[in-house]
Amino acid sequence: MKLTNLLTSAAVALGLATGAALAEDKTKVGFVYVGPVGDGGWTYEHDQGRKAVVAEFGDKVETVYVENVAEGPDAERVMTQMALEGADLIFTTSFGYMDPTINVAKKFPNVKFEHATGYKRADNVSTYSARFYEGRAVQGHIAGHMTESNIIGYIGSYPIPEVIRGINSAYLHAKKVNPDVQFKIVWAFTWFDPAKEADAAKVLIEQGADVILQHTDSTAPQAAAQAAGNVITFGQASDMAEYGPKPRVSSIIDNWAPYYIARTKAVIDGTWTSSDTWDGIGAGMVGIGEISDAVPADVKASALELKAALADGSYHAFTGPIKKQDGSDWLAEGETADDGTLAGMNFYVEGLEGDIPQ
Amino acid sequence: MDLSAINPVLLIASLMVAATPILIAAIGELVVEKSGVLNLGVEGMMITGAIAGFATAVETGSPLIGFLAAAVAGAALSVLFGFLTLVAQANQVASGLALTLFGLGLSALMGQSYVGVKPPQMSDIHIPVLSDLPVIGPILFGHDIILYFGIALTAAVWALLKFSRAGLVLRAVGENHDAAHALGYKVIRIRLMAIMFGGACAGIGGAYISLIRVPQWTEGMTAGVGWIALALVVFASWKPWRALLGAYLFGGVTVVQLNLQAAGVAIPVEYLAMSPYVITIIVLVILSADKSSAPAALGRNFHASR
Repeated sequence: MKLTNLLTSAAVALGLATGAALAEDKTKVGFVYVGPVGDGGWTYEHDQGRKAVVAEFGDKVETVYVENVAEGPDAERVMTQMALEGADLIFTTSFGYMDPTINVAKKFPNVKFEHATGYKRADNVSTYSARFYEGRAVQGHIAGHMTESNIIGYIGSYPIPEVIRGINSAYLHAKKVNPDVQFKIVWAFTWFDPAKEADAAKVLIEQGADVILQHTDSTAPQAAAQAAGNVITFGQASDMAEYGPKPRVSSIIDNWAPYYIARTKAVIDGTWTSSDTWDGIGAGMVGIGEISDAVPADVKASALELKAALADGSYHAFTGPIKKQDGSDWLAEGETADDGTLAGMNFYVEGLEGDIPQ
Repeated sequence: MDLSAINPVLLIASLMVAATPILIAAIGELVVEKSGVLNLGVEGMMITGAIAGFATAVETGSPLIGFLAAAVAGAALSVLFGFLTLVAQANQVASGLALTLFGLGLSALMGQSYVGVKPPQMSDIHIPVLSDLPVIGPILFGHDIILYFGIALTAAVWALLKFSRAGLVLRAVGENHDAAHALGYKVIRIRLMAIMFGGACAGIGGAYISLIRVPQWTEGMTAGVGWIALALVVFASWKPWRALLGAYLFGGVTVVQLNLQAAGVAIPVEYLAMSPYVITIIVLVILSADKSSAPAALGRNFHASR
């Protein structure tokens, strides 16, 4: 019974997809968002990418999006619905959509899927992500210079490799310029919950942090830092320039537009193949927002040097010697981390305190 | 682990902030339930209050006018519930749930153009000598005015229910609406007023989140606080001071767990994350051993002809 249902819906979907394509000759591109498009962070930037696709192709494409889709069964329903309505290409833009994307992709072999920040691929599922850790290296560099209490607070979302990589990268580069620096890490277990993020930021500030780094998507930590006074923050995913020049002194910006345009074009041209993309500052997928005047000129200059070195590949954010938290060797002198290890990173580097929640 | 990093004074000060929205909403719902009505729409009224207050504060530049608007919006939404249950005799549980869903949708619609906007700041009260006292100053005298309003509201509702004639009438309606009706009290009118009071309180509680605690507007930002407030009323055995205790306990454990995490305590984060719910429930279940004060007519519809 279940199988027949499945086959029927798949057949209907195929019929719809080809029917729509013949009738309108439009490429339909769907986007599944984890937050609201107005979050000013992660989802906002993905939606900017969607708008760039519309601007680039005009009438040749039709885009649809669904925001605030919970990671889990809801995501699967939304993707299925999009595929049934004739989407040719669907971008699923959160790590937690990984398994739902793979599941739905199996049911719709003629629909192309692109999953952000995941590692599971299929013939019709590509993965793409940005090397945010390069941006976090720059932030860590600035943070290490700017902190006076030597305590840097970090709001983590979920303990996944992406976030752990960011913590390690920021810590290594803060430590490099300020050996006394200490990280306090709070896990929020959410990508987007302003009340919780605000509370977490306040707690970190109360415990002496004068720099807050965040891997959650709202501007609530910026608001908390502003209320506290002498605390600096960084924009996450989006520029968050409305909090400049202080507390927000710089930011990591996700720029998905070129990728979204290229992939949509590949579908239109019929050249789309499953691929795995991981670009950083060099390719422009990761941007560093303007470093504000609150940062001293020499720190700003050295931060920009670091950015340039990361961009042209002359420096890798994870260059040895680096030990793991338990004291075992990871990278030897001058050795750089390979992408496989980075992609599955599940350990802290030496010097970070606390355990990663399992 | 570095427990010395936790400053107990700041911790108590911030737990009071975290507890205030729950407290105000719970006190409002307590009055509603004392009148014999079960309104499960607290979450919906809170989120409506959150956006109405936020939008008004942004447009007028005054947070206080924002709170006023939030109270009006919460009360207006609750009138809908009052009409459904008191006049149209609809089921209270279903109407309350519908009110929550309606409020969530309505607030998302109203809030479309307010995402990412910064609200005007509500400054903390600063009383020259008192606020500067060590320990007591930051805990007792360094907050925003709504936080004190919440405590005052608790005291006022307690005194009103316990000592005043109006409180006696309200309780009579909640215990036995037919008897109250026979004595000549306007059951429908009294209940509607209680419902509107509850709606206004929920609205203020919601606006506290969007204007002071975060401060920012995002869809669904009350994130279940209304449900916690509802549960709190039952666990607190319909007693205002116990609701205050429960709210502070919940807010307190929430803030403590974040503090413990930041201090690097080696308890798995998942246990810390669920601790506010577990501890609050355990304590209040123990306290609620006396079943004396559940209003007898709670959840039953009233019609004068019966």
